[in-house]
Amino acid sequence: MDHRPHRASQRIAGRSAAPGVALGPLLRLVTAKPQTRSSRSVTGEQQALAEALEVSKLDLTALAGKVEDEDAEAILTFQTALLEDENLAAPAYARIADGEAADRAWIAAIDSEIASYEQAEDSYFRARASDLRDLRDRVLRRLAGEVDQAVPPGVIVAAEDLPPSVFLATDWRNGGLVLRRGSPSSHVAILARSRGVPMLVGVDIDHLESGVDTVLDGDAGALIVDPDPDLKADYDRRLAEQAKLRVEAASFWGPALTATGERVQLMINVTGLAELRDIDPSKVDGIGLMRTEFLFQARDKLPTEEEQYQIYRQMAEWAAGKPVTIRTLDAGGDKPIAGLTEAGDPNPFLGVRGVRLSLRRLDVFRLQLRALARAAVAGNLKVMIPMVTVPEELDRCRKLFADVVHELQGEGIDTKSPPLGMMVEVPAAALSIEDFNADFFSIGSNDLIQYVAAASRDEPQLAELARPSRAVFGLIGRVVDQARRLGREASLCGDLAGEPAQVASLLDQGLRIFSVAPGALGPVRAAIARYTGKA
Amino acid sequence: MNKLRASVLMRHEVGLHARPSVKLTKLAKAFESKIDLGLSPDGPWIDAKSIVKVMATKAPKDSTIYFRAEGKDAKAALEALVTLIDGDFQDGP
Repeated sequence: MDHRPHRASQRIAGRSAAPGVALGPLLRLVTAKPQTRSSRSVTGEQQALAEALEVSKLDLTALAGKVEDEDAEAILTFQTALLEDENLAAPAYARIADGEAADRAWIAAIDSEIASYEQAEDSYFRARASDLRDLRDRVLRRLAGEVDQAVPPGVIVAAEDLPPSVFLATDWRNGGLVLRRGSPSSHVAILARSRGVPMLVGVDIDHLESGVDTVLDGDAGALIVDPDPDLKADYDRRLAEQAKLRVEAASFWGPALTATGERVQLMINVTGLAELRDIDPSKVDGIGLMRTEFLFQARDKLPTEEEQYQIYRQMAEWAAGKPVTIRTLDAGGDKPIAGLTEAGDPNPFLGVRGVRLSLRRLDVFRLQLRALARAAVAGNLKVMIPMVTVPEELDRCRKLFADVVHELQGEGIDTKSPPLGMMVEVPAAALSIEDFNADFFSIGSNDLIQYVAAASRDEPQLAELARPSRAVFGLIGRVVDQARRLGREASLCGDLAGEPAQVASLLDQGLRIFSVAPGALGPVRAAIARYTGKA
Repeated sequence: MNKLRASVLMRHEVGLHARPSVKLTKLAKAFESKIDLGLSPDGPWIDAKSIVKVMATKAPKDSTIYFRAEGKDAKAALEALVTLIDGDFQDGP
């Protein structure tokens, strides 16, 4: 117990992105001070740029010493050589002399270099644009005062935003994550739910200092700074309960059953192979949703057919005969992909996304369907089309899939036509579900809720509207009923399925297949076991 | 002082891309002389010690690379650069 005089505890509201409680010292990953920059003198700005360039150079040299992959080392060496060349930053210094701030001057200077690479005829030279962009951002991070810090376990990390690669490289045991930006549907949030790392978004982290005592309440959506001893004791108890529940959940596997012994299928949502490493396939009923868009993000080139095939095949093999539902690329909306989605769409959620985009980018879509048809040989693969609005879209996908299978057979490649189903997330589809020639249905509750309520799930002020309502449950019940009538499966793979408090309502609607983040398996299984039938 | 000149056919598979450019500029910087590089015998000339400028030529495979050098070690510099390109940018002695 410490005996320092206690400061008043402070509660900062945020939006829950992953449930659970974490206690620990705060670690600020970012100390951006862009506002101090504009007031500096010309010499001050030049000095700031020179320092940022120098530190970036040291970072790159250190990184190059650590990587083992020859290509990665070549890129780092190239970037270092660029930084050592005074021609690179010369236009930036000239702009600073004309009164521009260091960051803006640097962006302008390097963006003209980037543009010149982007215009190159040769694809190799075009690809170098991304090396320059990476270099640009590295120097900008340094200019903003950000540092590459190591994250010890057991801390509450506070940052503007966090790239998925950093999340995956961090040991989150007993830790938590607080971001100012991001949304509960971002990749990092999905990973946090999957790993059971409590997380908040939309938190004002401005006045927080590293080292302060904090409690992250991912259930209530709050960060408590300097909690008073009583409050802390409360949370210590909740933490112990949470740990006990996790242990129980981990030790209690076997089929999910309601209190009356009815079998419910419980599957997992994943974004890649990394998440499967710690999960025993015999303890789940399969993969209910594999979100392929994350294979396409944060990279220079779209993944090749072979790359995709290898990933889908390994997933099918991991599941060892259990179903693996792979959703075709659901880009657009809140998931933009460079070179694929349309930039500047004023209303991306109602724009060219999901299957609408796939049917306009047949080159990309066909490649994915080819990879899927090949991987289907390795196991119980199912293919799911996102954002279907009218039956014709699914019919076109079915025709394309048949063409692709025929084409592969012509090439003498082993293939299989997997079942083709659809996501039900557009109200128009839910209201006329019997018209669709789908082999199975999976309800995407995140989008269904926001389309039914006409309220963005990323607008904190409308959080109350963007909740599951009677209207939403009515649509879910309709889809489940119609599917049963048609003799097809209906599952639910949105975040709603992973909320223990909603499990009974979903079971009331007749839903018997849930697909949830791996971190929610235990709590959802327990909620199913408590269900005694329709009230 | 006289400018010395040399030229060499570059057969490297992907042209003067990142790795060859890093090697070329590093080698050029090892010499005191001012060294220019061009893709034609009459220029335009760029500083062979600047990777920004060298990469910007985007020289493809089968380009002839022209050099001109001025300084005490100009002759040695040109010999070394020609050897590097002629040897397909392999790690030399």
